[in-house]
Amino acid sequence: MPGEKPGVFDRKIREALSDARLQQAIYTATGRLKESRLNVVSSGVLPDYQELRTQANRLKQHAIDNLDFYLEQFQRNVEARGGRVVFCQNGVAVADFVLALAKERGARLIVKSKSMTTEEIDLNERLEHHGLESVETDLGEYILQLAHERPYHIVAPALHKTRYDVADILSERLHVPRETVIEKQTAIARGVLRQKFLAADIGISGANFIVADSGAIVLVENEGNARLTTSAPKIHIAIAGIEKVIPRAQDLATFLKLLARSATGQLLSVYTSFLSGPRRPGEIDGPDEFYVLLLDNGRTRLLADREKRQTLYCIRCGACLNACPVYRKIGGHSFPWVYSGPIGAILTPQFREVPQEPSLPFASSLCGACAEVCPVKIDIPKILLELRSDAHRHDPPKSQNRWEKLAFRAFAWLMRHPRAYEMAGRMAGSLAAADDAAWISRVPALLNIGPLRAWLSQRDLPPPPPRSFRQLWRQR
Amino acid sequence: MTSVSRRVSLFVTCMVDQLFPKIGLAMAGVLEGLGFTVDFPEAQTCCGQPAFNSGYPDQARDVARHFLDVFESSEAVVVPSGSCTSMIVRHFADLFRQDVPQLARVESLAQRVWEFSGFLADVAGADDVGARLDDVVTFHDGCHALRELGIQTAPRRLLSHVRGLELREMEPAAECCGFGGTFSVKFAELSGAMAREKIDAIVRTGARAVVSLDPSCLMQIQGALSRAGLNIRTLHLAEVLASR
Repeated sequence: MPGEKPGVFDRKIREALSDARLQQAIYTATGRLKESRLNVVSSGVLPDYQELRTQANRLKQHAIDNLDFYLEQFQRNVEARGGRVVFCQNGVAVADFVLALAKERGARLIVKSKSMTTEEIDLNERLEHHGLESVETDLGEYILQLAHERPYHIVAPALHKTRYDVADILSERLHVPRETVIEKQTAIARGVLRQKFLAADIGISGANFIVADSGAIVLVENEGNARLTTSAPKIHIAIAGIEKVIPRAQDLATFLKLLARSATGQLLSVYTSFLSGPRRPGEIDGPDEFYVLLLDNGRTRLLADREKRQTLYCIRCGACLNACPVYRKIGGHSFPWVYSGPIGAILTPQFREVPQEPSLPFASSLCGACAEVCPVKIDIPKILLELRSDAHRHDPPKSQNRWEKLAFRAFAWLMRHPRAYEMAGRMAGSLAAADDAAWISRVPALLNIGPLRAWLSQRDLPPPPPRSFRQLWRQR
Repeated sequence: MTSVSRRVSLFVTCMVDQLFPKIGLAMAGVLEGLGFTVDFPEAQTCCGQPAFNSGYPDQARDVARHFLDVFESSEAVVVPSGSCTSMIVRHFADLFRQDVPQLARVESLAQRVWEFSGFLADVAGADDVGARLDDVVTFHDGCHALRELGIQTAPRRLLSHVRGLELREMEPAAECCGFGGTFSVKFAELSGAMAREKIDAIVRTGARAVVSLDPSCLMQIQGALSRAGLNIRTLHLAEVLASR
């Protein structure tokens, strides 16, 4: 637990909190996204918004409860159109597949469109390690790739970068004159990326949805780079978590209405692509080969838990990050893994076999702002509570938490024994016989540790009143 | 006034009992002023939320069982906290979902437990309780009252009928103050930063006092206001409505 020995998580939180420029950048960007969303889901604009959420929740529940059926249906339909579906247990399996294919086809250059799933398995690093060049083509992702950083936010990866930061990155990495006008920066990136698209051997995309009854993947984007990624190179590989499956194409009517609204406040993103297999005879564009790699990477483990399984409903809109007062303070890079914010706090401990940061589920005030905006109604606070309870079950016997555990046992005993509870209250009250602000100095040094010290590091504490409510009530 | 009895039990919460007894007395006074007979079951302690939110459901369940024993025969229970009310009416069911006999008790009692402003609006049907407070105030929505119980208009309507009082909404009113129970000490700096964000919003309104439904939010906000040297009072809604 945080407290005595500040770990990496605590250190990163402290750094983010003390960086005024960063605080401003996060607040402005998330504030804008928050407001845009609110404008398009308000009851005046979208009267059936709450019904859409309920519908999306039910569809996801149905799809996840019948995952095996829909994945097999998807596979059959893709392969009937000449594509191929490969089930991959983890990042190594994905990288092995791509590397083998690249070797067989003599491919060297890969263009990529934005995909959190590939971030999750460090795909670029794995491919580059074997001598392949893998280029991100989403503008934000490209900037971060040049800066050697991870996405800061699920949908706005370079949210923490100002245009001045971007100017530095582009001039340093691409050896071009420093340019602070955003349109001109875009043109610089576009100039480089066009050449990459034309020369690329393989295009790798993610998938926002995989549609079982159509054998299709759906890509949602604003820049058009995903279209180029999936149609210019001769080979298209889509990489998707198995939870992205939805039963029918008609279900997109629900999900597409919710996704762009929740993510960016758009009614629909600029491009929505529906891709089902390689180019067929007579078609003028499209890849010669089409592969869909379906990634597990810890997901099937979640299926075992009836309550926490709803974590898999997530459509990665990022709305919970923008709504979260914790994310808005500590930002994306404080989180231990690629997924940040409320959804990251519940995905990370469940996807990863070894918990990276045991205090992660505790880093929430349980305010519920995330659940309020979630388009598929994931009860994030409830899952955080389950994860907190799980964390205590797995505490090593000598952890610092044993004191906390003892304290809560004492608490539960005291609260079932009203007389003892009252006595304990009187003892505490006697420390503050007079109604003055200096009462805290009379608290015995032994008590002035841990939680009390942590509280006082940030705030004052009112002196306990001379009499409790129950004493005053008796005197009435 | 619906057809329920005019007898209510107070569950003042451990925090009000031990730290803010004035809030409990104010709440009792307002209810008596509306003609209710008020009792205080002496065996009451806590709803168990501190243990529940810290990941100790077994300990929370023990405390919840005690609560059920104490209030089983009450006709209506009124609570000066949205968060504790939500613990009882929403989360007790999570604690006992595998214990059918207890679950039946929980479901029956949950129908009769009310957050203070919700009780005034939905049961007592009171808008104007005859209060007077010459002050400019702002209102802080507690997260659980707002998002788990859906209480937003009732306290504002009650405030709008207080003579001499001007309500100035803060922006945003619904963002968390950063308390969060043990979160406030486990992640003290983060919690403190959230509190400072909140008091900035309060200060921007120019109000002289902050009103809320939750003593825990008020403790957090008061602590941060006091640390910042700001002379802005914190008041529970019951204290405002008890003012004459």
